[in-house]
Amino acid sequence: MNEINSMKVIFPSLSANEGFARGAVAVFVSQLDPTVSELGDIKTAVSEAVTNCIVHAYPDNIGEVMLKCRLLPEDTVEITIKDRGRGIENVEEAREPLFTTGGEERSGMGFTIMESFMDSLRVRSRPGKGTTVIMRRRIAKRSR
Amino acid sequence: MKTSRNEDGTRLTLYLSGEIDHHTAHSIMREVMDKLEAELPRDCILDMSKVTFMDSSGIAIILKAYKLLNSTGGRIAVANAQSQPQRVLDASGLDRLIKILAPLSE
Repeated sequence: MNEINSMKVIFPSLSANEGFARGAVAVFVSQLDPTVSELGDIKTAVSEAVTNCIVHAYPDNIGEVMLKCRLLPEDTVEITIKDRGRGIENVEEAREPLFTTGGEERSGMGFTIMESFMDSLRVRSRPGKGTTVIMRRRIAKRSR
Repeated sequence: MKTSRNEDGTRLTLYLSGEIDHHTAHSIMREVMDKLEAELPRDCILDMSKVTFMDSSGIAIILKAYKLLNSTGGRIAVANAQSQPQRVLDASGLDRLIKILAPLSE
């Protein structure tokens, strides 16, 4: 798909960067004039994906998180969040609602929220190599 | 964290505020649990009117508070969430366990 615009940021897997990541995506997506609700959905999905990198990909160390946004035709935004961390043994299992290895401070709802708030979600992972999450959301046309 | 009691003292309201994500959740969870363990209310309301963002980290906090109150025979409800946190509450299916009260203005 032809790319109209894009941005990429790389940051360390520090929890303080969760707010930065969703803020950066929100500012980039704003060029499509999304509704408050659409922006809220996208920010929530980004927050979940970045939290997964921090909690699960790099549980014992600080690693790099790559966040990429692409503006595609038909008012579609594609968000890629990639790490080179621990990877997921069983992606199907990890995507199940309430599945978590993160203890009682995690709800196991991260992938469920990404799936329900975005139009599509792809997860590629190799144990020991890292995980890539690619999400797309089309911003509805409004009378401007 | 601001708190209030109703007139007969049976209901404790905890006023959550700001952004609830994995970065802030640990200290918020600790504060909520400390208040609940100290006061052991019969009913508790988590007022979310001042919460400007919440992801699934907030669901974990609510579930932990629910489990504590459930074990002591208490009840918990979530109230007054703005639209983004409300979307997360809806997606979580938490309403099967906990009463979710809409803002009075809606």
